[in-house]
Amino acid sequence: MPSIKGSRRRAIGLHLPLIIGTVISAFPFYWAVIMSTHSSSEIFSYPPKLLPGTHFLENVRNLFDAIDFFGSMWNSLLVATSVTFLVLLFDSLAAFVFAKFEFPGKGLLFGMLMVIFMVPAQLSVIPQFVVMARIGWIGSMTALIVPAAANAFGIFWMRQYMKTAIHDELLDASKLDGANFLRQYWHVALPVVRPGLAFLGIFTFMGQWNDFAWPLIALTNPDNVTLQVALSQLNGTHGTTDYGIVMTGALLALIPLLIVFAIGAKQIIGDLAKGAVRG
Amino acid sequence: MAVLEQTPPAVAKPSPTQPKKGWRKYWHLYAAISPFYLLFLAFGLFPVGFSLYLSFHRWDGLGTMEWAGLSQYQYLLSDTDFWNSIGNTIIIWALATFPMIFLAMVTAVMLNSAVRFKSLYRVAYFLPNVTSVVAIAIVFGSIFATNNGVVNAVLRGVGLDQVAWLNTPWGIKVTIAALMTWQWTGYNAIIFLAGLQTIPSDLYEAARMDGAGPVQTFFRITLPLLRPTLLFVLVVSTVTGLQSFSEPQVLLQTTTNDSTFAGGPGHSGQTMVLYFFQQTFDNNDFGYGAAVAWGIFLVVVLFSIINWRLVQRRGE
Repeated sequence: MPSIKGSRRRAIGLHLPLIIGTVISAFPFYWAVIMSTHSSSEIFSYPPKLLPGTHFLENVRNLFDAIDFFGSMWNSLLVATSVTFLVLLFDSLAAFVFAKFEFPGKGLLFGMLMVIFMVPAQLSVIPQFVVMARIGWIGSMTALIVPAAANAFGIFWMRQYMKTAIHDELLDASKLDGANFLRQYWHVALPVVRPGLAFLGIFTFMGQWNDFAWPLIALTNPDNVTLQVALSQLNGTHGTTDYGIVMTGALLALIPLLIVFAIGAKQIIGDLAKGAVRG
Repeated sequence: MAVLEQTPPAVAKPSPTQPKKGWRKYWHLYAAISPFYLLFLAFGLFPVGFSLYLSFHRWDGLGTMEWAGLSQYQYLLSDTDFWNSIGNTIIIWALATFPMIFLAMVTAVMLNSAVRFKSLYRVAYFLPNVTSVVAIAIVFGSIFATNNGVVNAVLRGVGLDQVAWLNTPWGIKVTIAALMTWQWTGYNAIIFLAGLQTIPSDLYEAARMDGAGPVQTFFRITLPLLRPTLLFVLVVSTVTGLQSFSEPQVLLQTTTNDSTFAGGPGHSGQTMVLYFFQQTFDNNDFGYGAAVAWGIFLVVVLFSIINWRLVQRRGE
């Protein structure tokens, strides 16, 4: 039997590094709070400030003068929610078909899906830009929403989920009751896979909200951009002169995401880890 | 493609003898999967083909295309800026990935034995991964700032010289790698933790009976059984790490005047993807940009294969 003293020492030995890790994980968020509550002259003083200051509202006012914060946040919300809705619809429909039905060409089509999964993003950047410039989508949010409306990862992931979650007996029974394909999808499949949809939805939303490279290229009108692009513009023009404003922008841009994460943290962490171990 | 063989029992049976009737019978299934394939045709298959075609041409995106044969690829091979960007990318990747995997594994082993507050720690460690790279790169830029950053304040506090993190070749690379390590260590720790939890506890029981110490147990039991998870983490880190763009772009966009994709003074933080964006959208050289994209693709594939082989071989 280990002594009480020994097990307590063991607990400290375990928790101390874990707590240090937690502090390092949290520090940049804390630093953003510190910086966004000080004026730029306070920020440039030595030693650096480690406690919150009193200039937050002033920084927020200056931020709203410098960029169209709510306009770009609205754009980000529009893109992220539209894409999430479309991905959930299209991916779950396709996944349902691949998980539960047989039809000619199924193996080939699903094999193609797996290959597409691995094609890197840069290869399609130029042609996508050229096509969208031709049809006049460059500069608008459509350029962000349409290409992202269905994806190989989501179909593959939902298919794995549906294969075990939806029981064949249930589908057979609904068929005997005269349910057609759409009714089966809507009334049998979707209610069962709701937790899977929640994971895919949160995952998609966060990915779209944070997307940067393609929006930076595709949104050519600097007055009509997503939040990440607006933040990058702000950093480019004020980055060396007014940290307070830039930090306030970064902090405010993090908040919606932290809310989404707070709602779905347990689900996300659990499902992601499960997928990795299984795969 | 083992997944393909495990198809569930058919609800509707295919009738290969009457193909025409079959197509009509299954039209709703094809319609249901069609959105993805239509989007793929427009924004996946066509782009890949078109970028291959483009890489054999000279084009500024507006005028007429000129046939260039293999000259774009010949230039790519002798382009010192491209090789510089490959070097930068691999150094940054290594500076980020090895500490990250080590720290993630140590964290996972500790979480696996510490029973209390486990879910609290998991949320805290996952938090860096859900934040936007742009916002957090701005914050890191200020943490590593030369005159009023907290890292230099700590260095000065313990009597060391301060470092011009975002102005020196190694400072730039270390800062980018620190940001990546911060963002991905917790994510990978949670994946390792899930892998650890699949290892049956009676194996540890037996090892303790045989008198194995914690270090021996780790190398004889934990590490070998964790190899599939390690492989997953390494491949994902390679594919994402070699295509890093947002971190160096946001951190270094204000440090040079020639291009926001330049990657800092002396291009010492210019990754492959930054170089691709600079060539394509700053220089309007779409043909060469396409060749660079294929070059990146090749480097990523080669590197993934090498990593895969290394981890696999150690298992034999």
